Amino acid sequence: MFCEKAVELIRELHRISDGQLPAFNEDGLRQVLQEMEALYDQNQADVNEAKSEGRAELIPSIKVRHCCLLRDQRCVTAYLYDRLLRIRALRWEYGSVLPANVRFHMCAEENFRMTIVVLSQLQWFSQYKKSLASFMRSLGGGEGLDITQDMKPPKSLYIEVRCLKDHGEFEIDDGTVILLKKNSQHFLPRWKCEQLIRQGVLEHVVS
Amino acid sequence: MSDVLSDAGSDSNHDDSQEDVMTPAELIAKLEEAWLNEKFSPELLENKSEVVECVMEQLTHMEANLQRVKKGDAKASVHRMEIDRIRFVLSSYLRSRLQKIEKFFPHVLEREKSRGEGEPSLLSPEEFAFAKEYLANTETYLKAVALKRMPPNLQTVDMLKAVPEPCLDSFVFLRVKERQENILVEPETDDQREYVVDLEEGSQHLMRYRTIAPLVSSGAVQLI
Repeated sequence: MFCEKAVELIRELHRISDGQLPAFNEDGLRQVLQEMEALYDQNQADVNEAKSEGRAELIPSIKVRHCCLLRDQRCVTAYLYDRLLRIRALRWEYGSVLPANVRFHMCAEENFRMTIVVLSQLQWFSQYKKSLASFMRSLGGGEGLDITQDMKPPKSLYIEVRCLKDHGEFEIDDGTVILLKKNSQHFLPRWKCEQLIRQGVLEHVVS
Repeated sequence: MSDVLSDAGSDSNHDDSQEDVMTPAELIAKLEEAWLNEKFSPELLENKSEVVECVMEQLTHMEANLQRVKKGDAKASVHRMEIDRIRFVLSSYLRSRLQKIEKFFPHVLEREKSRGEGEPSLLSPEEFAFAKEYLANTETYLKAVALKRMPPNLQTVDMLKAVPEPCLDSFVFLRVKERQENILVEPETDDQREYVVDLEEGSQHLMRYRTIAPLVSSGAVQLI
């Protein structure tokens, strides 16, 4: 049946409801595009015949094929856009520099080919980061505000954190420098730690 | 909070600009109202950049005052908390707006472009730039990865049709700030008489957003 492959692409994303980004289904996309080409060619032929030979009975099948073409286009754009939303979420979750394992997941192809898809995804992500940064910089008449911080209402001023990996020196607002060594525990200002907690460098210790 | 803010407050009192001079407390109240309205409204609301700018100025003053307070003074942590709280509300407000801009990007751009001369703007200039970049970025991506490999008559997507519009019929909780009379809840049809209510000041209701949308922008009701 027509459009089956296209719907399968959608189902694939629908199954992964936790927002993770699966590998790009290039094969699936290629099959849908091939089906679209075939439908379009058949329609071109039939349209010509319907016009020249006056065969009006071809018109219903032309219409059906056209509907399938529109559905294929819709499914493909939905698949691609949903992936973009998952990529966008990475910026908000992990910050401007993606941790290595996340970045790998965004680019990994079967044999690490830098395909159009991979390049386009990276380009979209890079442009999105730029737009967001530019917007945040312009807030308050040029003063700037990082709205990817302060994701939760402040409950306590300082929190106990444990360092999960070596992160080197870390300066807090009053000038003191903390050495973030693996397994060290610190009592730090909450707002300074948010991003490091999300990146997996620090862990909030709830006693 | 009062002594940290009062220094900032006295600055704005010396201002002899035409805009209304608000006390810091009033400014923060306005921010919180805008924040709640934006959070609970299904569509993007009018932009309040003057409030945003004033709040950011306020935060800068508060941070500066905080530097002058002796380290380890108990007052410092209370002021710090206050700054964090305000910054959270401001960030949350801006995030709400950005999320809606991204979610409804073609509609938001269309509304802004077709708005009349005297009407208040939906997007700040920076938000407008962001929305345009988001649209262009997304179109570029879709074209490069799939659209240009499709048959000739299917190489474009009408974003206004492809992206769903906000659901204005969703229900919202609201509190009435200014008494309203004869609000049309359901129009008259063949089967039913028209259903009209009066909204008493201070009362709270659960209503369809579409009905009370103009009251939100006028400030007559507050979404909660």
